[in-house]
Order: sequence, then structure tokens, then C-alpha cells
Amino acid sequence: MGNMKLNLKIWRQKGPNDKGQMVTYPVNNVSEDMSFLEMLDVLNDDLVRKGEDPIAFDHDCREGICGSCSLFINGEAHGPGRLITTCQLHMRKFKDGDTIHVEPWRAEAFPVIKDLATDRGAFDRIQAAGGFVSVNTSGNLVDGNAVPIPKDDADKAFDAATCIGCGACVATCVNSSAMLFVAAKVSQFALLPQGRPEAKRRVQAMVEQMDKEGFGNCSNTGACEVECPKGISLEHIARMNREYLAASVTKE
Amino acid sequence: MARSALLGSSLAKKYWMALTGLFLCIFLIAHLAGNLQLLDMSPEGQLKFNEYARFMTTFPPVKVVSYLLYASILFHAFDGFLLTIQNRKARPVKYAYEKPGANSDWYARQMALLGTLILVFLVIHMKHFWYEMHFGDLPMTVDKDGAPLKDLYTVVAAAFTQLWYVALYVVMMGVLAFHLLHGFASSFQSLGLNHPRYTPIIKNVGVFFAVIVPIFFALIPVWMFINA
Amino acid sequence: MSTLDSKIPPGPIDKKWTDHKGHIRIVAPANKRRIDIIVVGTGLAGGAAAASLAEMGYNVKAFCFQDSARRAHSIAAQGGINAAKNYQNDGDSTYRLFYDTVKGGDYRAREANVYRLAEVSANIIDQCVAQGVPFARDYGGLLDNRSFGGVQVSRTFYARGQTGQQLLLGAYSALMRQVGKGAVKMYDRHEMLDVVVVDGKARGIIARNLITGEIERHGAHAVLLCTGGYGNVFFLSTNAMGSNVTAAWKAHKRGAFFGNPCYTQIHPTCIPVSGTHQSKLTLMSESLRNDGRIWVPAKLEDAKAIREGKKKGSDIPESDRDYYLERRYPAFGNLVPRDVASRAAKERCDAGFGVNKTGEAVYLDFSAAIERYGKLEANVKKIDNPSKEKIIELGRAVVSEKYGNLFDMYENIVGENPYDHAMKIYPAVHYTMGGLWVDYNLQTTVPGLFALGEANFSDHGANRLGASALMQGLADGYFVIPYTVGDYLADDIRTGPIDTKRPEFDAAEKDVKDRINHFLNNKGTKPVDDFHRALGKVMWDKCGMARNAEGLKQAIQEIRAIREDFWQNVRVPGSGNAFNQELEKAGRVADFLELGELMCMDALDRNESCGGHFREEYAETDGPQKGEAKRDDENFAYVAAWEWLGEAGKAELHKEPLTFEEVKLTQRSYK
Repeated sequence: MGNMKLNLKIWRQKGPNDKGQMVTYPVNNVSEDMSFLEMLDVLNDDLVRKGEDPIAFDHDCREGICGSCSLFINGEAHGPGRLITTCQLHMRKFKDGDTIHVEPWRAEAFPVIKDLATDRGAFDRIQAAGGFVSVNTSGNLVDGNAVPIPKDDADKAFDAATCIGCGACVATCVNSSAMLFVAAKVSQFALLPQGRPEAKRRVQAMVEQMDKEGFGNCSNTGACEVECPKGISLEHIARMNREYLAASVTKE
Repeated sequence: MARSALLGSSLAKKYWMALTGLFLCIFLIAHLAGNLQLLDMSPEGQLKFNEYARFMTTFPPVKVVSYLLYASILFHAFDGFLLTIQNRKARPVKYAYEKPGANSDWYARQMALLGTLILVFLVIHMKHFWYEMHFGDLPMTVDKDGAPLKDLYTVVAAAFTQLWYVALYVVMMGVLAFHLLHGFASSFQSLGLNHPRYTPIIKNVGVFFAVIVPIFFALIPVWMFINA
Repeated sequence: MSTLDSKIPPGPIDKKWTDHKGHIRIVAPANKRRIDIIVVGTGLAGGAAAASLAEMGYNVKAFCFQDSARRAHSIAAQGGINAAKNYQNDGDSTYRLFYDTVKGGDYRAREANVYRLAEVSANIIDQCVAQGVPFARDYGGLLDNRSFGGVQVSRTFYARGQTGQQLLLGAYSALMRQVGKGAVKMYDRHEMLDVVVVDGKARGIIARNLITGEIERHGAHAVLLCTGGYGNVFFLSTNAMGSNVTAAWKAHKRGAFFGNPCYTQIHPTCIPVSGTHQSKLTLMSESLRNDGRIWVPAKLEDAKAIREGKKKGSDIPESDRDYYLERRYPAFGNLVPRDVASRAAKERCDAGFGVNKTGEAVYLDFSAAIERYGKLEANVKKIDNPSKEKIIELGRAVVSEKYGNLFDMYENIVGENPYDHAMKIYPAVHYTMGGLWVDYNLQTTVPGLFALGEANFSDHGANRLGASALMQGLADGYFVIPYTVGDYLADDIRTGPIDTKRPEFDAAEKDVKDRINHFLNNKGTKPVDDFHRALGKVMWDKCGMARNAEGLKQAIQEIRAIREDFWQNVRVPGSGNAFNQELEKAGRVADFLELGELMCMDALDRNESCGGHFREEYAETDGPQKGEAKRDDENFAYVAAWEWLGEAGKAELHKEPLTFEEVKLTQRSYK
């Protein structure tokens, strides 16, 4: 155990219909080698021993790839530090005596389930609306090398595809817009020949679902790109804008 | 799709925002070009300005464009209003602790506020000059051919002898500058006009535009105030 | 002892799967609509299976405990996926992939399954490309490959260091397509807590809605468990925090035999434990071993000085370094298979040569690679007589290009720049080769209950090769189960919907509720993690990289004591009717506490060393292979399948003899 002392202000909310409030918890013995979530583990361990309700938060892989963890720390999605998720944030980024504010993602489309855990099912529904290539899973397909794909396109598609669906873009955006998430998916498929045949249908369906979910609009502030743990570029939003415009104009 | 995608969707709203915004940018250039004539305070300059004002309010093609302009302003404002309402609804519970400066510029986040200020300013501005020119009881002068001519110049010059009025113009041009600083490049992004090579150029042009145009606009009342 | 019929089809090995597919029964399209299938888990195996079966016309219900199907732990796989495409023209073939896998598994895998895996591997790549998975490509626009895990060909397809993510998102998108159509009903944030067996057949599950706490009954004509591995029995592993054995263990308790539970893969290149707060371990990709050299100080006093912080790795002169893998295995050097590399690291650290505070770390050093690349780069850039600094600068740029993201990840976690200081690594639990015993059709010993992917025991024998886990998950899900499940379901076209009001469902639901109520009403004092940590330590110390009979016997006693303590003294706060993460953990740890004992029993029973299972008593005592694992093919060439006998610690061993018709059994030598 280490010797940092911290003052945590954490959002507690019993359930979806509870009003919720910030509650202060002092934490001692924090080591700088701990990850942020391990620091919360220490706090929860203490709460359980005292017979109190531990703080609920989503987490799983703890190596920055599953996209479960989702904390708004000191005013930033995934806390200070760039290109990392909350589980990759380590306590050496903080100083002894710091006050740390911890809140859930806040958006109409991401209702709080409990404390710091939110429901991000809206992303799944957007994906189900069109985030796929309509091929059967028969395996009786053309050879993987039958259609060469320019390396640059494949690389760009990959860059878009690295989105982990954590929702930091929505949490960060002053309008709670999901444009970066949706654009990453649209862009990935739009850049690959396999995704082109249904590109128009896809972008329209995904945008329509995005609007239905109650996300805000894109103001191009660029905040999402800065806070995105995978560094997904605004370029993809522009590509989606282009795809959607073309699809809308040429629609029969 | 229930509604036409080019009217109802969130992206469509942004396209219209961008298109009307860019149209208004073009108008700003034209408006500025005309207004710069005010800097020439000699009698010939005054005459030229008044003739220009008459041309702008009577020449039919210009009139057509001006209706388009009014529509754009109203639509830009109305569309922005709709977007803002939706944006507010998208986050019903605010963060207790925010640090938005860590990832974005304040003026990019405050486009609605800046826009509203500009709209209020536009009302004042149009009341004083546009309304007077069209419907007001302006002092009259004569053109080169001796025909009667509305003397808008005198109205403008008189207005800009008041310090508070000049100050308002200067401040509002600052507001406009910040609105343009984000809005210019943003409209290209909204329309999907993004390219690794050209986007940096667009951004630079946007900054140049956002700085230069309001400076010149602000220069006019200051100049007229000093030389009154 | 019942007979374990593995149902391997007759015929030559390369015809078995084709013939089998041609002869098994299928369900007509109109009848598929009358059949319900439950898929538990949405990783590569589960996601692929659910999507495929729904597309074929079955009604599918898919379950995952994560908040979205896209978060299953397949997503964390880094390196790549093997496929016998032979795009590189280096002599690869289905047979070679099959052979490498059987040999890599130390001859403890079922030949027919492995051959089928190799056979469908090429289809996986085609399938994924068609789905829009952005694999790495070369400048000609064709798919790129890299070599992996000590095999002699380049057959690994990859998407930078995130292959698992890209493949999972491919399967997830296929799944979401079916969800959008309504062909799959998705139940996320649901945990399966029991299998319901009716008249000897799996007919449904009991699941808990993790948000509302509601206990739900779901009936189906077949249940597919695609629930991953159980590495978290060790508390610390590279698995996700939520990865658990519960689904598989409940199936085991309802009659499914558990195969080879003792086979655990310990990955050699992970970031060492930093303190008692540690919640999980992070893998550094195996690809680092291509360029990094692994060493410890040759002198004990140097190691001690480093541990005490008086010396740094860079202070140790070249002559006082022990590149122990290169010393012991000159032919393969730093690229020996995972099990061998891990044991060698443990051997050095146990002997007192460890290089961090805990004494459990070795160096993975890139300074030689940086210098080598720097010199090459200087030549390329036509720099004459470059200074040492210039060489290092150029070399670092090359290393950064290749491994930059991994180096950043390391620095982020450890707080030390790996370009300046050699990385410290240590082995960690990574994958479990054991799992539910399945026959050739992936059916467990309970009819109608199938197990896919890491959840089954089938294809990797006693050790898995790198880039083969993704291959198996997708093969099972996309290309095996869609055929084999039909053979089973052909009998069910007239069954009609499963009635979940039957007494079997009542009983299963009651069991689940009783257990939850016990946790919530128990007046204990200690959090769940206390017990999990204690279990993990016993497992790691006594059933980890090296095991011996004495230790395993002790471990069994210790696990029983922890289990008893757990049931008496665990404290679970909150209620059952709400989101309660401590309650979720308690249920999982309860199952780990039973599984741990079975793993030790299996390890104790297997009096040989093979793959990930190394019994200290069974090592070569002399000759060039001194100290290496000693297999006993005469007595142990079988799959150990354990049957639950009603309580933890009581299990009956059934054996499936392994016969090798294609591959000749030899000792694995990497000398």
C-alpha cells in the first residue's frame, strides 16, 4: 500500500429513478502504482467491511480495449491523460491531497443504472440499425485476397474500427452527441469495398437511429477527438457527413 | 424513412446551418466592400455611398438576393435555435464538475450564445439603417443628375458620433469574430468537405476571415467617430 | 465408468469433416422456425454461433453478462489469427497447421478436431474479410502475414495489435444484424446461473437480470455455452475481471464432464505484479520476443543489489548477464513456446535472480535490437561513421514504429520508460486449455448442451499455440456448430416450445434463489475478494507453472478451508433486487472455489509433465534434456474427463483415450 491521501467526491445514485448526489470519501494508503479502478477497489473494500454499499462502476478487461469503464474524472472523460481509458489511468497522475471528482457519463441517451454505471444500449441499437455488412456466415465466399484493398484505405478503415464503444465522445461533447461513434462505424465500412454496396442504406439507417436515441447534434468543437481513448479522428465525422449528404441527395 | 432525410435529420440541420452560414459569409464580404466607401468622408464619397445605397435597395436582382439573405438569416437563427433545444435536451443532468477548456475552445461551445448576441445586434443595426433606408423619413439630397436621393450617409455619420454606439459596434464585431472563428471552418466539416491536405488551408482561411472582416467592419465607426 | 464416445467420424483424416457434414441430419427451413436455441456468451464463439444460427432460421436468444455483446473478452486478444492460406508461399498447408497444433499441444489434443480446425481456418479469413474486418495489408493491397509462436511459417493474419478486437467486432456486427432483424433476442447484463435439464436433455437456463435482479427462466431446444475460460480462478490473470467459470461449472454440476481442468497456459511476457492492490495483469504481446532478449543477472549479488535499488539493469556488464533462454535453448532462443519460456523465468526467479522488489521479474531488453536497427537505418540513410547516440536515436525510431503502442502501454502502467530501462516481465495466467468435455460435434455429456471456444477442452491439448484461440472460437461458432447442432435438433422438430413451468425449472430456480439469499443474509465480515485472493495464491503457488504431488495435496486442503470460511464469513451487501456487483462476484468466486479443487485433483492425478502442466517429479533427470518436461504417453495419452458426484471434491475420472494415427509422438525439443 502506498501513502497518498485523496479526497474523492463521487456521484452516488441508488437507481435509475433516484435523484443522486455527490458524496465525499477520503481514501488513504493510495499507491501511485495503482490504476484508478484499483484505487476504487480499495475504497469499495473498505465500504464493504464497514457494511456500506460499495460504489457501482462498469469495468471488465482493465487493459483499455473492452470499452466498459466509463468515468468522468475531474471534468474529463477517462480523466486527465490522453489516449487512455479510465482503467489505464494510474494514480501517479495525481498528487497527495488531491480532490478528485468522479461522475458517470451524462446523457439523456445513457441513463444511469446505479452510481457510476450507465446504460449504453443506444450504441448497440445504432449498430443493429446498419453497422454491418450483409453477408451470410456460410464461409462459401470469395477468397480474402480476391479484391485487393489499397493499404491506405485498409489502414484508415482500421483506424476507424479501433473504436471501443466506450461513449467518452458522448460524455465529453457539450451536446452529448454520438457523432464520433457513429461516424467511426460508417467510415470503416465506407472505406472498404465490402462495405460499399450498402453504404447509402447504412448511413441513413444509422443516423436515423442515432437521432431516435436522443443524442445531441454535432457542433464540431472537436472535444470528442481529444478525449477519445483511441484517438478516432474528426475526419470520420466529415466522411459520414459526406456519405449521408450523398445518400440523401441521390435517394430515389 | 418517415421524414425526408434532408429536412428532419440532425445532419440535415447541420447542412442547412453550414450552407446558410457560408452564404452569410459571402454576404459579409459584399457588405463590407460597400461599407468601406463610408471611409471616404468627402462630399463625393458621401454621394457615391448614397448612390450605392439606392442601387442596393432598388436594383431588382439585388433585391432578389436580399430576400434570400433575409431568409438565410432567419433560417440560420431558427435552425440554430432548434439544434440548441435538442442539445439541451440531450443532457438533462449537468456535470457537477466540468473542465471543458481541456478539450475545446469556449467560442466553439458558445456558438448559440454568440449567435443570439449577433441576432440582437442585427435587429438594432437594421432598425437604425435598413429600416430607415426602406421605410424611414430620411433627409434628402440629390444625385449627379439632380434627382432626389436618400441621404443615408448623414444618418450613419450622425449615429457614429455617439461613443456608446461606436463601442457597441466594436464589441459586436468581436462577437462576430469569435462566431466566425469557429463557424467558417466548421461549416466545411459539416458539409463533409474534409481532406488531409486542404482542411488545414480552410482552417487558416477561416481564421484570417474571422479576424480581418470584423476588424474592417469595426474600423468604419471608429474612423467616422474620430473624423467626425 | 460410462463410455466416453467422442463420435469421431470414420475415414481418412482429411475426409472426416466433409463426409460427416454430408451424412448428418439437417433441419428443414420451415422447421428451424420452430426451434429455439440459447447461446450464452457473445465472444468469438458465441457471437459467431448466434449470428450463424439466426441466419439459418433458428430462433436465438443470446446472453452476456457485459453491458454489450461487443465487450466479451475475445476483444483483448492482441497478436493474430492463424490460417493455412499459404499466401506467403512458404510451404504452409492444412496438414502443417494441424501438425504444428498437435505438436504444440504436446500430443494431448484430439487429432480429428484439430484437423477440422486447420481445415476451416482458411474460410475464417474469407468470412472476416467479407464482413469488413480491416486486416493488415501490404502495398499491393493483399493480406499481410506475420510469424508467431515459434512455427516455421508465416500464417498469422493480424490487425495491428488488436486482432481480437477486430474479429470480435466482425462477429458482433453479424450478431447485431440478426438482432436488428429480430432473429436474435439479445439479453445483455444477464448472467446464466443454471442449466435446466429435462428428461436428460438441456432444455433451458436460469438467468439473472443484473440490473433488476430478476431471476428469469428461458427455455430452448439446445443450449450453447460459449463462456470462455476460467483463468480467473488464479485471481490474477490476463482475463477480464468478469471472466468466470460459472456457466461451465453449473453445466458440470448438471452432468457435463469437465475435461483436463489442470491444463493452464501461463504467458511468459506480462507486466509483473506491483503490489497487493493488483486486480489483474496485463499481457505484453508475444511479438516482443522477436526482438527483445530475456535475461537476469548471472551473479546473485547483482540481482540482490537490483532488488534493493542499489543497481540498475544497465549497470550490469554484458559478461555478467545470463540470457538464460539463449543458453538453455540455443535452437529457438527467446522464441521457445510459451510454457517453456514461462517455466524458465520461474526457475531463475526461484533461484534468486529476480530483478524487481518482489523478486518475480526478468528483463526483456531491447538495447541490442535498438543498436542493430540503428546501424541498419544508418546504412539506409547513408550516414557514415554514425555516433553511438545517432545509432540509438535511429534504432529507437525503428523499435517505436514496430512496438510503440506496447511500449507506451508499459510506461503507462509501470511508470518507467522501456527505451531507457529494460522492460521487466513475468509470466501470468493467460488461457485455459481445459474446459467442458465435448465430442466431435461439440456436444457435452449432457445431450443438447454444447460448448464452444475456450469453454470447451477440445483443440489445444496441453498447450495452446499463439494465434490459435481466435481461430478456434470462430471455427466453432461459424463453421462447426451450425452443422452439428442440426444433427441433434432433427429430433426436436415436433417438440414444440419448451414449457418453463415444469418442475425442473422450479427446482433450478429455487437453487439459484437459495444461493443468492444465503449470500445476502449471511452475517459475514469479509468481502468476496478476500477469499478470491486467498484462493488465487494457493492456485498460483501450488497449481501454477510447476506442481508437485505434495503441494497439490496441501492445496486441496487449503482450498477446502477457504471454501468453508467463504460460506461462513463472506459479506455481501445490498439487495438481490438491484444492480449488485458484489453479489455477482460472490457467485462466481463460489464456483471458482469448487473448480480450484478439481484442477488440483486433475493435476495430482496426471503423473506426467505435458505442455502447461509441469509436475516437478516428472522431469528429465539427465542427458541433453535435463530438467525438461517428461511426458508419459504410455499411461497418460488420454483426456481426463471428470464427472461431478454431488459435492465439491468428489468427482469421478473418465478417460477418453487419445489415438494418434497421423502424428508420431515425440518429445518436444527446442534445444
